[in-house]
Amino acid sequence: MDFSFIVMQFLSGLMMATLLFLVASGLTLIFGVGNVFNFAHGSFYMIGAYLAYQTVSVWHTNFWLSVLVASLGAGVLGMLAEALFLRRIYGRADEGGFQILLTYSFILVIDDLVKLIWGTEYKSLARPSGFTGTVELFGLSIPAYNLAIIGIGIVVVIVAWFVLARTRSGRIARAAALDREMLGSLGINVPFTMTLVFGIATAMGGFAGALAAPLRSVSPGAGIEVIIDSLIVVVIGGMGNFWGAWLGALILGEVNSFAVATVPDWASLFNYLVMVLTLIFKPEGLFASRKIRRV
Amino acid sequence: MNQSSGAREIILLGLFLLVFGSVPFIKQSDYHLMLANHVLIWGMFAVAFNMLFGVTGMLSFGQALYYGLGAYSVGLVVKNYGSAMFLPALGLGLVLTIVISILVGLLVIRLSGVYFTVLTLAFGQLAWQITFRWYRFTGGDDGIQGIMPSGLLENHTVYYYFTLALVVVSIWFLWRVANSPMGLVLRCIRQNPERVRFLGRRVRRNQLRIYVISSFFAALAGGLMAGVTNSIHPDMFYWTSSGEVILMAVLGGIGQFFGPFIGATVIIVIQDVVGARTEYWSLIIGIIMMIMVLGMPKGLVGEIRGLMARYAAGKVNRG
Amino acid sequence: MEPVLELRNVTKSFGGLRVTADVSFSVAPGSISAIIGPNGAGKTTLFNQITGYLKPDGGKILFQGKDITNLSTREIVTLGMARAFQVTSFFPEETVLDNVRVACLSQMNKTRNLLKSVSVFNEATDQAFKILESIGLQNVADRAGFELAHGDQKLLDIGIALALQPKALLLDEPTSGMSPEERLLTRNLIKRLWKEFSLTLIFIEHDMDTVFGIAQTVRVLQMGRLLAEGSPEEIRRNPEVITAYLGEEVL
Repeated sequence: MDFSFIVMQFLSGLMMATLLFLVASGLTLIFGVGNVFNFAHGSFYMIGAYLAYQTVSVWHTNFWLSVLVASLGAGVLGMLAEALFLRRIYGRADEGGFQILLTYSFILVIDDLVKLIWGTEYKSLARPSGFTGTVELFGLSIPAYNLAIIGIGIVVVIVAWFVLARTRSGRIARAAALDREMLGSLGINVPFTMTLVFGIATAMGGFAGALAAPLRSVSPGAGIEVIIDSLIVVVIGGMGNFWGAWLGALILGEVNSFAVATVPDWASLFNYLVMVLTLIFKPEGLFASRKIRRV
Repeated sequence: MNQSSGAREIILLGLFLLVFGSVPFIKQSDYHLMLANHVLIWGMFAVAFNMLFGVTGMLSFGQALYYGLGAYSVGLVVKNYGSAMFLPALGLGLVLTIVISILVGLLVIRLSGVYFTVLTLAFGQLAWQITFRWYRFTGGDDGIQGIMPSGLLENHTVYYYFTLALVVVSIWFLWRVANSPMGLVLRCIRQNPERVRFLGRRVRRNQLRIYVISSFFAALAGGLMAGVTNSIHPDMFYWTSSGEVILMAVLGGIGQFFGPFIGATVIIVIQDVVGARTEYWSLIIGIIMMIMVLGMPKGLVGEIRGLMARYAAGKVNRG
Repeated sequence: MEPVLELRNVTKSFGGLRVTADVSFSVAPGSISAIIGPNGAGKTTLFNQITGYLKPDGGKILFQGKDITNLSTREIVTLGMARAFQVTSFFPEETVLDNVRVACLSQMNKTRNLLKSVSVFNEATDQAFKILESIGLQNVADRAGFELAHGDQKLLDIGIALALQPKALLLDEPTSGMSPEERLLTRNLIKRLWKEFSLTLIFIEHDMDTVFGIAQTVRVLQMGRLLAEGSPEEIRRNPEVITAYLGEEVL
């Protein structure tokens, strides 16, 4: 195992981690702020990937425009799903269980709608022009698109940190995590805020799906795999914790990248291994959030 | 429970045996027998699952793990050692399930609520991945065909009564559990786990117990199913199997002991009527799930009982 | 006589905030005593530590001479301590009878049984009815817990604790949220239960009529510290307590 191999795999792991982080942070955002567990989050990722395919391969437009379309599309669909369905079960006894059941029904419906619209065959997407080649770095050839994703990830982390820590909306979002009712008494439109945050979260899913589309083929049923991976990320990091999600994604991305290079057939099992180890040694996640209560 | 409900129990059991016992006599084809078998097996699976979800409040999205384990124990043993080993293989699957459900259970009950659900899902998918990829041992995507029970059980009607007997005993056992002191504690755990600790009871220990019991019957369902369809497939481990049993429970009513059985019956009938004609099965069950969660959270049986109670109350008021 | 419950320098902090500061006292067997203090004085936190729900940072808690500081709630309950809660805690979907009966079954160690119907445990059922009669809920035995009025739910909470046949019973604001009439009834009820079940009873309370009406000993907590301890008369006259908490009107 030489040095260049390690660097290459590390960078590839970093890219996977970025995508994982983008998906998982959407999941953890709506859980942390709205206390809603969106089991169908991976399905919005899948919608993003399909919308990117539609924009680029069918409408023949620019890839970066398709990323925008995918994010907006997934965001709007998420807002609709929240406003039309999820909202009706807030405050019900055993709300948590019903959230899972309802968002599970979203997975089923979205899966088949995607099949109806785009068919069952795998779709693939070319890398955007300008990012098809490789970049020479320290004598290594690194795919330019991978570097682009890593760069985007860094920007997103900085922007998200800024929004959460420094802006009024960020403060509102964090206050909502504390108390839905209290916010209402402060004159903030809580239902609208919930819908908006849900939309932002699903838009992040769609954004990640679009970015990943040139790397993985797009197919129906992708939602469930994505949701499990991002859930492993949040289990490692601690649910509802922004930096935890980042660390979880990094660990999972790197483990996955090195596993794919060494034992390709069994690589996906390593994700579960990481999860089991976390559960045994630190069941509340590496960054325990106060929201987790052991019952 | 008083004596009248004891009598009702016996009437219900008699009715159940009459309906399902007469299927071999009134069936028009072996297909009907198979359908009745599916109803029995999935019905038992759903009732057992609901001991976990509806009773104890633990929404497992990974019961397919044990369903698949039961089926693959039977399939692999019969494939490698012949159909004479069918019954021992069924037993082996149950023993393996007890061991694995204790190990997995100890991990997943460390977290509760959403986390529990997600972890059970992950373990189910882990089992699916292994089955899917370990081609040389499990046959991978091809599954295993030609799993025939031996001796008397080779006869479809005998096998059907064998299933009926096991299902009745299983459901009777689960019914006893639901009405026992432990069942009461489980219901209390769902409603107020903290208070159960202040009764001097171990919450986790009880959760583990019911997790193992419920998983045991999931494995029994899987093993019995292998003998009905004579073939098994890695999809039995897939999360959609877990999802289907959840849907059955929610459709019938998670607050009712027999609700999930009714839910299983309805789903299998719909599957039979519609399944052949559409590939959009998940759209259908997705919409059913959505309707149930939004409009009828108590399930078919729960809502009907609610209506009956209201009707009875209305009659009292008028009279 | 050996105290039933003894606290030695119990200390607890949340973050930088001291919620229990070096609290020591002992409770005589068969006594009835109150803990009072302003909101945020650390009364419930103290109960949480006594019942093993929170672990103290320092100090010792002894129950019947046994060190229980590091035992779990379950173990402490098994030793004979029971508790009712400030925010009523019961099993809303179960019947009133089953709410109490599950505690009786637990006390008789029958909850591992998974094949016999609850209804055949006559001893537990009889015991549950006895308790329901003591707290005056025998007529609503068949109702679900959530259907009861708030005051009755508070009583049910106490009934569940009583069913464990505790030696020491801790009540956290038993009369909170009650009307003045209900309060009077509950006050008399608590006193009666204390005698009937020969309990060592400790209660947290804001209603001064209840405190001074039935407590033999009153302890005052302020900012996690034990400010004063004594008979109702002594506490009433304690100048520190008056300035810190009681104010003038009680005089």
